[in-house]
Amino acid sequence: MGLMDRHAIIEKNATLLLVGSLLVVTVGGIVEIAPLFYLDNTIEKVEGMRPYSPLELAGRNIYVREGCYLCHSQMIRPFRDEVERYGHYSLAAESMYDHPFQWGSKRTGPDLARVGDRYSNEWHVQHLSAPRSVVPESIMPSYAFLKDTQIDVKDFSTHLVANRRVGVPYSDDMVSHANADLMAQADPNADPSGLETRYPKAKVGDFDGNPQQVTEMDALVAYLQMLGTLVDFKNYDDAAGYR
Amino acid sequence: MKFGTPIVALGLFTFAALLAAGFGVDEPFRQHMWVLFIVLLGFVAILLRNTNFQVAAPIDPSAYMDGPIRYGAIATIFWGVVGMLVGVVIALQLAYPDLNIEPWFNFGRLRPLHTSGVVFAFGGNALLCTSLYVVQRTCRARLFGGDLAWFVFWGYQLFIVMAATGYLLGITESREYAEPEWYVDIWLTIVWVAYLVLFLGTILKRKEPHIYVANWFYLSFIVTIAMLHVVNNLSMPASLLGSKSYSAFSGVQDALTQWWYGHNAVGFFLTAGFLGMMYYFVPKQANRPVYSYRLSIIHFWALIFLYIWAGPHHLHYTALPDWAQTLGMVFSIMLWMPSWGGMINGLMTLSGAWDKLRTDPIIRMMVMAIAFYGMSTFEGPMMSIKTVNSLSHYTDWTIGHVHSGALGWVGMISFGAIYYMVPKLWNRDRLYSLRLVTWHFWLATLGIVVYAAVMWVSGIMQGLMWREYDEQGFLVYSFAETVAAMHPYYVMRALGGAMYLSGTLIMAWNVAMTILGHQREEQPMTGSVPSLQPAE
Repeated sequence: MGLMDRHAIIEKNATLLLVGSLLVVTVGGIVEIAPLFYLDNTIEKVEGMRPYSPLELAGRNIYVREGCYLCHSQMIRPFRDEVERYGHYSLAAESMYDHPFQWGSKRTGPDLARVGDRYSNEWHVQHLSAPRSVVPESIMPSYAFLKDTQIDVKDFSTHLVANRRVGVPYSDDMVSHANADLMAQADPNADPSGLETRYPKAKVGDFDGNPQQVTEMDALVAYLQMLGTLVDFKNYDDAAGYR
Repeated sequence: MKFGTPIVALGLFTFAALLAAGFGVDEPFRQHMWVLFIVLLGFVAILLRNTNFQVAAPIDPSAYMDGPIRYGAIATIFWGVVGMLVGVVIALQLAYPDLNIEPWFNFGRLRPLHTSGVVFAFGGNALLCTSLYVVQRTCRARLFGGDLAWFVFWGYQLFIVMAATGYLLGITESREYAEPEWYVDIWLTIVWVAYLVLFLGTILKRKEPHIYVANWFYLSFIVTIAMLHVVNNLSMPASLLGSKSYSAFSGVQDALTQWWYGHNAVGFFLTAGFLGMMYYFVPKQANRPVYSYRLSIIHFWALIFLYIWAGPHHLHYTALPDWAQTLGMVFSIMLWMPSWGGMINGLMTLSGAWDKLRTDPIIRMMVMAIAFYGMSTFEGPMMSIKTVNSLSHYTDWTIGHVHSGALGWVGMISFGAIYYMVPKLWNRDRLYSLRLVTWHFWLATLGIVVYAAVMWVSGIMQGLMWREYDEQGFLVYSFAETVAAMHPYYVMRALGGAMYLSGTLIMAWNVAMTILGHQREEQPMTGSVPSLQPAE
C-alpha cells in the first residue's frame, strides 16, 4: 500500500482531516513564537525604559485610534541611510511596554521612532492642525479637531491596571495617582515632582498652547515628544545587544 | 411560532445594547452601542413582520439549502462594491490630501475600512457562500444544523457592520487586519465556531465516501482562521463597558504574533479558501477533471505546513531576533513550490479545453486569476529575501504585491465563481449577458496591470531615493521630496483602482438583471458556434 493510497484513509475521515490539518498548522507558530517569550536575549538590556506616563499613554491611545501606524513606522532598521535620517536603529527593548506594538509596515510619512525632542511643541500643534502649512509636500490629513476635544479621562487608572494585567510594571503608587499625574503633566503650574519620580524624563508643560484645558492634542504631542528619548544610548553596547 | 426563539434572543440583545449605550464609559463605545441597538432593532422588526403561527411545512431533507447562498452571493457583490469604492477614495486621498474629512473620514480610519471591507466582507462572503455551495454538492448532503446557516450568514454581516462602523468612530486595535476591538472579536469567534460546526457537520453527513479536495482547503481555512483569530486577539479590556483594550502581548512578541496572524490571513483566508473555490469551479466551468490528484495531495499538505512559518518576513531588519527573520525567509522561499503546485493543478485542468479561452469569458476570468496567483506567489518569496526586502519594505511595492494577489487572484476567482453560481442558484438558463462579462474581464485586468505596474515604479523609486547618497556622502533627498515624487503615481493608481471598480459595477448590473430574469439579446461569443467552412 503506497503512501498515496494511505492518504485515502484521511480523505474518508473528516475528523482525521480536521485534526491532521490543525496539527500541521500549529508547528510553525510554536517553533517561531514561543521562544521569544523565554529566550533571555530577545529583549536587549538597556537603561532608561519605563512605562508610559498617563498623559503619554492617553496620547498613544489617540495615535492608535487614528491609525497613524498605517503611514508612520516606529522601527528604524540598521541601515546607514535610516540611521542618518532617524537616529540609532530601534531596539526590541524600546517597545517592551507597547500593547500593541506600533512598528508599522508602510512609510507614507517618515519614521517616528525618535521624533521626540526633534521639533517644538508649537511645531507639532501647527503640523497636526494644518500639515501643509509647515511641510508643503505633505499628504497627511489634518487633525485640528484634537485641539478642540477635551480629553475624556474618567477613571484613567483602569487603563494602567489593564496594562499591569498584561505585564507592564505599573506600581500601586502609579495607579492611584493616574488621574492626577495625567492632569499635572499638561499643567505648567502644577508641582511635577511626584510625576517626575514616577516617570523619569517625563516632559511637563502646556503642549497645545491652550492652558485652559487638557485636550487630546496635549496628550498626542506629549506622546510624540517622548518617542525614542528614554533609552540612554551612551551606555548601550551594540555588540552585546546583537542576537 | 416561526422565529420564536430568535425574536426573544435578539430582543434581549437589543435591550442589552441599549443599556450599554447608556452606561458605556467612553463616547465611542456609547456611539457604537447605539449603532448595534439600531441594527438589532431592525433585525427584530423584520423577524416580527415575517413571523406566523402556522405549522411550518416539512423540509425535504434531500434538497440542498441554497437560501443563505443566494443571500451570500448578493452580499459578496454588495460588499465588494463598497470595499473597492472606499479603496478608490483612499487612493485619491493620497493623491489629493484635501479629500480627508476629519475626524471620521481621515485616511487612518478609512484604510482599515477598505482592507476589512475587501478581505473580510467581500472575500469572507465569497468564501462563505461558495463553501456552503460546494460542500453540499460534493457531499450530496443538505447543510447541517437547520437554520445554523442563517445564523452564520447574518452573524457574519453583523460582525462586518460593527467592525466597519467602529473604524469610523475610532474604535480599533491598530494591528493590521485584526483591527476590531475585543467585543467585536468575541462575536466573530462565536460566528466562526458556528461556521466550523456547520461545515464539518455537513461533511460528516455526506453520502459520498471521499471528501472532495475543495473541502480539504475550505476546512483547513476555517479551522486555521479560528486558531489565528483567537490567539492574536487575546487582549485585556480597560473596562467591560468601554471600547479600549490592550493586547496581551507587547513589542517584539506582539509583532511576531500579529504577523503570524497577518501573513496567514493571506495564507489561509486569501489563499487556502480560494484554492478550495478554484478546485470546484474551474473543473466545473471547464468541464474537465482536476489535472493531478497526487499533486493536490502534496501541495495541500505542503502549503498549509509551510505558510504558517512565513510571518517573520514582514519583520525583516526590525528588532525581531535574526534567527526568526532567517527562518521566516527560508520558509517563505520554500513556499513558492506548493503555491505553484496549486497554480499548475489549476491551469492544467484546462488541458484539452484551452479553446474555451476564446469562447467563454468566465473561464478566461478564472485562468487570469490562476495566472495572477502564480505571479504573486513568485513575487512574494522574492520579496521575502532579506536583500530585496531591504528595498521593498515600507514602500508601495508591498502595496502593489498585495493588490496583484487580491485583485488578480482573489477578486477574479470570486467573480468567476459568482458568474458560475448565479444562474444555477436562481434557476436561469444563462447569465443576462456574456458580453458584459467580457467587459468586466478587460476592465479588471487592465485595472490590475495599471495598479501593479504603477506601484512597482513608485515603490522601487521611493526605496532608491531614500538610500541615495551624493559623491560627498550626504543623503540626496529629504523625506518630503520623496513624498512629492509619488504624486503622479498615486493619481495613476487611483485610475487603475477605478477601472477595477467599474468592472465590478458591471458585474453587479449583470447579476441583478440575471436574478430579475432578463436575458440580453446579443450575438453569441465569437467562435462559440462552429461556422461552416467551404469545402476544399
